[in-house]
Amino acid sequence: MKNLDSVFAAYVIGWAVFFVFYITVARRTATLRTEIDRLKNSLPAGSKK
Amino acid sequence: MTKRLLLGVVALVLVIASAYASFYIAPEERTMGVIQRIFYFHVASAWAGFSAFLICFVANLLYVWRRDQKYDWLGVSAAEVGLAFTTIVLITGPIWAHPVWGIWWTWDARLTSTFILWLLYVSYLLLRTLVEEPDRRALLSSLFGIFAFLDVPLVFGAIRWWRTQHPSPVIMGGANSGLEPTMKAVFFFSAFAMHVLMVFLVLERYNVEKMSDEVDVLRRELETA
Repeated sequence: MKNLDSVFAAYVIGWAVFFVFYITVARRTATLRTEIDRLKNSLPAGSKK
Repeated sequence: MTKRLLLGVVALVLVIASAYASFYIAPEERTMGVIQRIFYFHVASAWAGFSAFLICFVANLLYVWRRDQKYDWLGVSAAEVGLAFTTIVLITGPIWAHPVWGIWWTWDARLTSTFILWLLYVSYLLLRTLVEEPDRRALLSSLFGIFAFLDVPLVFGAIRWWRTQHPSPVIMGGANSGLEPTMKAVFFFSAFAMHVLMVFLVLERYNVEKMSDEVDVLRRELETA
């Protein structure tokens, strides 16, 4: 089928953009979660939420 | 399973189903052939991007009015997601255009206004990196976001007001436009799937802002403890 490779490229590139965006957000979330846990553990016992 | 994760699974299932429908359920367009199937991804992404920018615009207005940091978090989250969708529009458009028009790009009204829209939201995000003080950053970026959204109706109207290279609208395009019923159903399903994905990504990104704020609060508590 003519141009099927172009359709395939459009979908693959499009999904790659979403995938990269989601991975970036997920990595930032994981880093922040680690930081929150570290900071909570550093707080004196009486002031922990 | 959290609600956000459940929404992510639903979004994934919907976008896979919409891709299947675009290839196997929608009939082949007579003039353009298989390349027209990009339409279901390209236009659905554009609509989801517009909706994300609308969320950003409303959040920006609410921030200016209420000065609540949560609206700033929502604004930046929706702007980033809208930018991702617009990037897809700007990539898939030329891939579709090349075999049909014989060119990758032309400075026609729709293409140019979409590119300007992309640049405006890149500027919105860059502006945020230049201002350190949170309240000032939120106010300046909200005001810029309100201004940036003015380009959205321009992009929407460009193919209605100026007849240049980009095809005239097939949805909401007036009496002489329209889509074959199956194509129309597949398109609206794809647009719905993209909107669910957009909402999921905005919520995920909003969570990053919320957690960043929690880190700042904990750091302040630690300094004063």
